[in-house]
Amino acid sequence: MNRRGLLAGVSALIIAGCTKIGETKPMTSLLKSTEGWNKWAQRLFGGRTALAREFDREDRSPTFRGNGTQDPGTPEYQAHIDAGFADWRLEVRGMVTKPLSLSMADIRCMTQRTQITRHDCVEGWSAIGEWTGPVLGDILRAAGIQDDAKYIIFRCADAIGGTDYYESVDMVDAFHPQTIVAHELNGEGLPIKNGAPLRMRIERQLGYKHAKYVSAIEAVASLGDIGDGKGGYWEDRSGYQWYAGI
Amino acid sequence: MKRHLLSSRLWHWINAISLIILFMSGLNISNAHPRLYWGHYGFAPEDAWLHVMRFPGWMTIPDYYSLAKAREWHLLFAWPFAIALLFFLVAALVNGHAKRDLTTRKRDWNWSEIKEDIAQHLKLNFEHSSEKYNFLQRFSYGLVIFIGLPLMIFTGLAMSPAMDANWPWIVDVFGGRQSARSIHFIVAFGLAAFFVLHIVLVLLAGPIGQLRDMITGGTLEVEKPAEGEAT
Repeated sequence: MNRRGLLAGVSALIIAGCTKIGETKPMTSLLKSTEGWNKWAQRLFGGRTALAREFDREDRSPTFRGNGTQDPGTPEYQAHIDAGFADWRLEVRGMVTKPLSLSMADIRCMTQRTQITRHDCVEGWSAIGEWTGPVLGDILRAAGIQDDAKYIIFRCADAIGGTDYYESVDMVDAFHPQTIVAHELNGEGLPIKNGAPLRMRIERQLGYKHAKYVSAIEAVASLGDIGDGKGGYWEDRSGYQWYAGI
Repeated sequence: MKRHLLSSRLWHWINAISLIILFMSGLNISNAHPRLYWGHYGFAPEDAWLHVMRFPGWMTIPDYYSLAKAREWHLLFAWPFAIALLFFLVAALVNGHAKRDLTTRKRDWNWSEIKEDIAQHLKLNFEHSSEKYNFLQRFSYGLVIFIGLPLMIFTGLAMSPAMDANWPWIVDVFGGRQSARSIHFIVAFGLAAFFVLHIVLVLLAGPIGQLRDMITGGTLEVEKPAEGEAT
């Protein structure tokens, strides 16, 4: 008996089997269902308001990696760079009683939160930076979220492959005390590669949830009508999990 | 008396399937960022202590690069892996399996006896112990079950930003998320090495009988019945 051949055969069988089974309907739904179990378990053990670890200044990484879009590269965005983002607006709209259009000055005038946190990319790497900005919950309370709104959508000024980037969270993470609209990294205005002039910090989830170049915040009842309906750019395009707590 | 209890057999096979899928989907995940670091952060090539090879499609689940799909497989099979291990550990501690078969005793740590045990293994004589498992078996099974497998669960959870918020100690004990990720990788390959050795030894010890007993339970030939105990 050729044992090496047998082992290679068994391995090929497992991979081919898993790949095939993974494409069947029941297995696809089983694979998708773990996202719900993870969310349930992680919120069971930590409650809804467990805080992400905050570090000291000396713990920060020497630089902060930019990933995904490094520069939106549109003429409109270039004009904002040239103007020092003086005319950037953050719209707050959707299912709110009082829609807002905030200038950068408005955002800097709000109560600020500064936090030094670790950013974990789904790919595996981590960086640590100091972020400053108003708490999203304060903005949402100012706009008045309607009772049947279930999700907050973040609209972004960047597009990948012609599709606009967007992300979404539920109200647990939207009103989490560490969820901020950051306009500063390490005490200076956000670098372009990190999402200038505004990016989200969703500290208990992976990096792709932390939308960059944010231009609007929308309260909605369902994710179904937005993009391809899965709640975010990477969720739509590659099937990343919407709940990215692990 | 059965050679393997039902709890051991059930766990063994759930664990085997889970571990294979976790390892192979893990290799796919590793391809997303094939560098390892120590500490809390790490992303730059010059800070990596190891540049990991790119694992080819025939080693990974699925058989093409997909971080999203590999993560789904990995996070799905983490559940039966962790739950089965928890039940098995409780059962083994309660029914004495852990103390009897999966731990070494002080008197086992006798260098000449250990050498003899190794020599017997090299001569492919596996039935040389008066106990059910010989020293090397008890040592390696104990190492895998009480240290290796739980480490995979804890370092895995330590990579979760949500779990780090819930239980800050889970990442602190490893010295940071990137350290936990490195340990996750190292222990995974340690377990893979155990897996290969385990299969080789089963093949050498007579795979048909070993497989049959791990499915049906087999029968244990009791050599020295305890006094006063009906057999």
